[in-house]
Amino acid sequence: MNELKEKTYKRSHEPVFWGLFGAGGMLCAFITPVMILITGLLIPLGYINRSHFDYNNLHAFASTWYGALIILVLIALPLWHTFHRIFHGLHDLGIKRGRDWQRVLCYGFAFTVSVFIATLLFAMF
Amino acid sequence: MNKKTIVIDILRYRPEMDEKPFTQSFEVPYIEDTSILEALQYIKDHLDSTISFRWSCRMAICGSCGLMIDNIPKLGCKAFLRDYYPNKISLEPLANFPIERDLVVVMDDFMQKLESVKPYLIPGDNACMSSGEYQQTPLQMEKYKQFSMCINCGLCYAACPQYGLDNNFIGPAALALLARYDRDSRDAGSAQRMKILNQEEGVWGCTFVGYCSTVCPKKVDPAAAIQLLKVESSKDYLIGLFKPD
Amino acid sequence: MSKRKPYIRKLETNWWLKTGFYTRYMLREGSCIFITLYSLILTWGIFNLSQGESSFNMWLDTLQNPFFIILHLIVLIFALYHSITWFALAPKAIALWVKGTRIEDSVIIATHYAAFAIVTVLCLLIITL
Ligand code: SF4
Ligand code: FES
Repeated sequence: MNELKEKTYKRSHEPVFWGLFGAGGMLCAFITPVMILITGLLIPLGYINRSHFDYNNLHAFASTWYGALIILVLIALPLWHTFHRIFHGLHDLGIKRGRDWQRVLCYGFAFTVSVFIATLLFAMF
Repeated sequence: MNKKTIVIDILRYRPEMDEKPFTQSFEVPYIEDTSILEALQYIKDHLDSTISFRWSCRMAICGSCGLMIDNIPKLGCKAFLRDYYPNKISLEPLANFPIERDLVVVMDDFMQKLESVKPYLIPGDNACMSSGEYQQTPLQMEKYKQFSMCINCGLCYAACPQYGLDNNFIGPAALALLARYDRDSRDAGSAQRMKILNQEEGVWGCTFVGYCSTVCPKKVDPAAAIQLLKVESSKDYLIGLFKPD
Repeated sequence: MSKRKPYIRKLETNWWLKTGFYTRYMLREGSCIFITLYSLILTWGIFNLSQGESSFNMWLDTLQNPFFIILHLIVLIFALYHSITWFALAPKAIALWVKGTRIEDSVIIATHYAAFAIVTVLCLLIITL
């Protein structure tokens, strides 16, 4: 009669990371290309005048609560997306040892950078 | 007389005498409408009777003739020599499964995965015989029909690197089957099945490679089933935070 | 005695180089490395922003270095590849039913591209106005 006993199932905490991955991935898909275009190419190459991206404007923007929030989301959220992929990519590459440590390092890095950015923004308030 | 031929390389493995698989080449007559399965039958009838492979219906419905054709999982009866001629064709047993003999693989784990998702209607608490038969509208059927078209051929498991890397993963067909019963209006087993898909080896073993849906001969789209189940599992996780059971 | 002796093939570490489909999957996943770099460049920019005007301008100057221009070009290509693959797979994670039929995949994909175009134009307008 043993077979009738219900198997025990262990719930994964992946939804937390998958949720952040999905949100970050969505953000990256829609807005990262144009961000790269602006900050990485058009401004450095002079197609957009630097005055649109100058210290005073940006600092003023970063000092408002919504500005700080927008900056935090735009920079930190993609990291939760990318490190989720890196974590699973390591498994794809057959690196099976120390999965727990890999997890701590990957999401730990995303977390640390997020906190770092938040602290910087907070200091500019 | 038509003397055109085509070469077929077959990965062979005879457990009673071979340490590991080896490749054997055969030359078979090329006719436009010969399927890979028919070519195998020609080889068995005329060239080498010891070769083993599975088949039954010859019309893409029994799901037994799956194999790797040029490294892509396909049904032998649904692929034709004309798609490869004049190139050589390579045939290997389905990837990610242990080889039983020649092109025959061990399907036990796959079958066990299918069984593990409770693939049957689970009646609700108040269901009783006297209330008569279940009614279902065409619309309600439409919700799960696609996921019920699976013929258990196993091609999606051969296409899934996550299953190949770790065969604890329940895998595409079984999760699509789970979705099929979950979405059935006559079924009340969602809560039971939720526990299955919430696991690491449930939906969370999937990284959305998506090849399973590409190779599926019945357009079941297991990858879509899994993504939608991930959403369900996430909702359940959130609910679980506030209402632990 | 059973003569059964199932032969188990191990998935090789370079499995993703053997099929085009898998290689494209790995490129999709690999795009995250470049997006990570970009986020770190911006983090570095925010750090400089917090350090005052001269150091922020120094950051802007550094980005003019050809090395960074080329890097950003590569990052842009991978970011676009991410967007394309993301939009292509989006319909699989969305099941919208209207009057008993599921909304066509192509409609969902087209909506994503339209939104992408709007976001892009909007961002360019905001920055130049
Ligand atoms: S989902 Fe498709 S590929 Fe997978 S077993 Fe079913 S029919 Fe075959
Ligand atoms: S022989 Fe039945 S599916 Fe090919």
